[in-house]
Amino acid sequence: MKLALRELWRRPGRFAVATAILALIALLLMVLGGLLDGLVAGSTGALRAQRGQLIVYSSTSQESLVRSHITPEVRKSVEGVAGVEKVAGIGSVQLGARVDGRGPRDLVPVVLFGYELAPKGLPEAVPPYGEAYADRTLQSEGITHGSTIHLGPARTPVRVIGFLSDSRYSGQGTLWGSLATWRAVLAANRPGERAGEGVDQALLVRVGAADISAQAAAIDRAAGGATKTLTIPQAIDALPGVSQQQTVFNQIIGITVVIALVVVGLFFALITVERIGLYGVLKAIGASSGILFAGVLLQALVVTLIASAIGVAASLLLAAVIPSGSIPFVATPSRLLSSTAYLLIAAALGCAFSLRRVLKVDPAAAIGGDQ
Amino acid sequence: MSTTATDLALRLERVSKIYKVGDDEVIALDHVDLTVGADEVIALVGPSGSGKTTLCSIAGGLLTATDGSVVVGGQDISRYSSKELTRFRRDSVGFVFQTVNLVPFLSARENLIVVDEIGPRTGRRARERADQLLGELGLAQRSGNVPAQLSGGERQRVAIGRALMNEPRLVLFDEPTSALDTQLGDQVVKLIRQEMKSRGTAAIIVTHDERITHYADRLARIVDGRISDPGYKGEDAHQPG
Repeated sequence: MKLALRELWRRPGRFAVATAILALIALLLMVLGGLLDGLVAGSTGALRAQRGQLIVYSSTSQESLVRSHITPEVRKSVEGVAGVEKVAGIGSVQLGARVDGRGPRDLVPVVLFGYELAPKGLPEAVPPYGEAYADRTLQSEGITHGSTIHLGPARTPVRVIGFLSDSRYSGQGTLWGSLATWRAVLAANRPGERAGEGVDQALLVRVGAADISAQAAAIDRAAGGATKTLTIPQAIDALPGVSQQQTVFNQIIGITVVIALVVVGLFFALITVERIGLYGVLKAIGASSGILFAGVLLQALVVTLIASAIGVAASLLLAAVIPSGSIPFVATPSRLLSSTAYLLIAAALGCAFSLRRVLKVDPAAAIGGDQ
Repeated sequence: MSTTATDLALRLERVSKIYKVGDDEVIALDHVDLTVGADEVIALVGPSGSGKTTLCSIAGGLLTATDGSVVVGGQDISRYSSKELTRFRRDSVGFVFQTVNLVPFLSARENLIVVDEIGPRTGRRARERADQLLGELGLAQRSGNVPAQLSGGERQRVAIGRALMNEPRLVLFDEPTSALDTQLGDQVVKLIRQEMKSRGTAAIIVTHDERITHYADRLARIVDGRISDPGYKGEDAHQPG
């Protein structure tokens, strides 16, 4: 093992090409993962921020908030289900917002949520009518604490009284106000979608039961088929495009990991071929195949670790220089660590290509030429 | 003078080696008997393809004999598994190869220590032994140099040091002078003899170079896989058995 480390230390040039290629692959892997995380985070923050475990849509809504419609009667039947601890209405509307200091046609796309159960990061008390909390990313659009923005074609004024993080929805910044504010904004700007008093788009439900799926089924039974109840993770997966994004990105990430495996495999297979004479001598003086292969494996892991460290540094730098809200890229520790782990696994598997060659090295080849 | 089995560095009894080449069989060694005393230096000579290297490889545990008995330093290695042979080579024999074959990115000192590093035991003892051997071989001032910074003779001396690191009973030299000029070749063979005798270590020197035989205790001539001439050199030579 010391021999392998000494070679890395004393002949760094020999491993420079592989390290550079793997660093680029590591960066690609981390950027892809960061883009996926950024896209998913930007689409699902509003749902992930919820404190309820279940979300109740109307059965005909196809699990979409804007198509969902919960009447007071349905809400009452949900509240009556055993095990249900709290039921809170929620509604949303997507609009263009006019912000002071921007042109009249320079609209900021926002989603206004009306809520009863405060999402994570907000105080329990719902803001007064006409006021709302804003997602922190909207600060980059010029929205500040205390600024009044005008929503939709009716230019309904809403005053921003604070900010919360990681609550974006469908790639847009969000505003969080009372259900009364939401109803008023909806009625003024989307008269056709007007929600009457007591009518919500969906319900957030907190339950005490351990079996949340059973509780969801009980709610749908109690509502006589008028509802479709999902857990929050199910609701996130049901958001348009989210699972497709994840599938596509994960396939690209998988292919990138396979490419890393092939690069490591080919590089170390080549190095092993170059070293066959040396391995023959080392075997002749008593090195086992296991010791020699462990050296190859160690070198592959060290090279991959250095490449991953370069990838991590470059990803963090990228995350720091990308303006907020411009590209949906986040460099999370879990993504950077998982990408590094994938690369290390790929490196270990790639090395397996060399194992056969190491095993086949004949120590007798180190000595003489005739029989 | 009689020599017991445990005094012998090597005893080959009716050793044969047959290679399969397609459907044909090539007899590389044909019922060879050879004994090497504890501090004997033997020159093994013969034409190309005569079986010198095969004999040397079998004695060093690099190859297994098809038939016969191979005892090195009291260990019968004839039926050793591949794993046992690896351990045997690490612990009990030394090799000096034709092309020296030092690890190019290691210093002279590290090329000696590597013998311990490929095994389970490493540490201060190995470093001390490497320093001691390099001093004895006149390389104390060159211990930090890599092979490319050493002369041919110095590299050969490092290779001899490496072969002696595990305090072997038997060292096998494969054409040790083939890459050296006449003067340097003479110096190296003198050194080999001197080092072997001072340590009580036996050596087999495979060579085409008849001049080397002057420095050997005994000459063993091999032709067509048979040792035809045990080659007792003279009254002052050590002749076991």
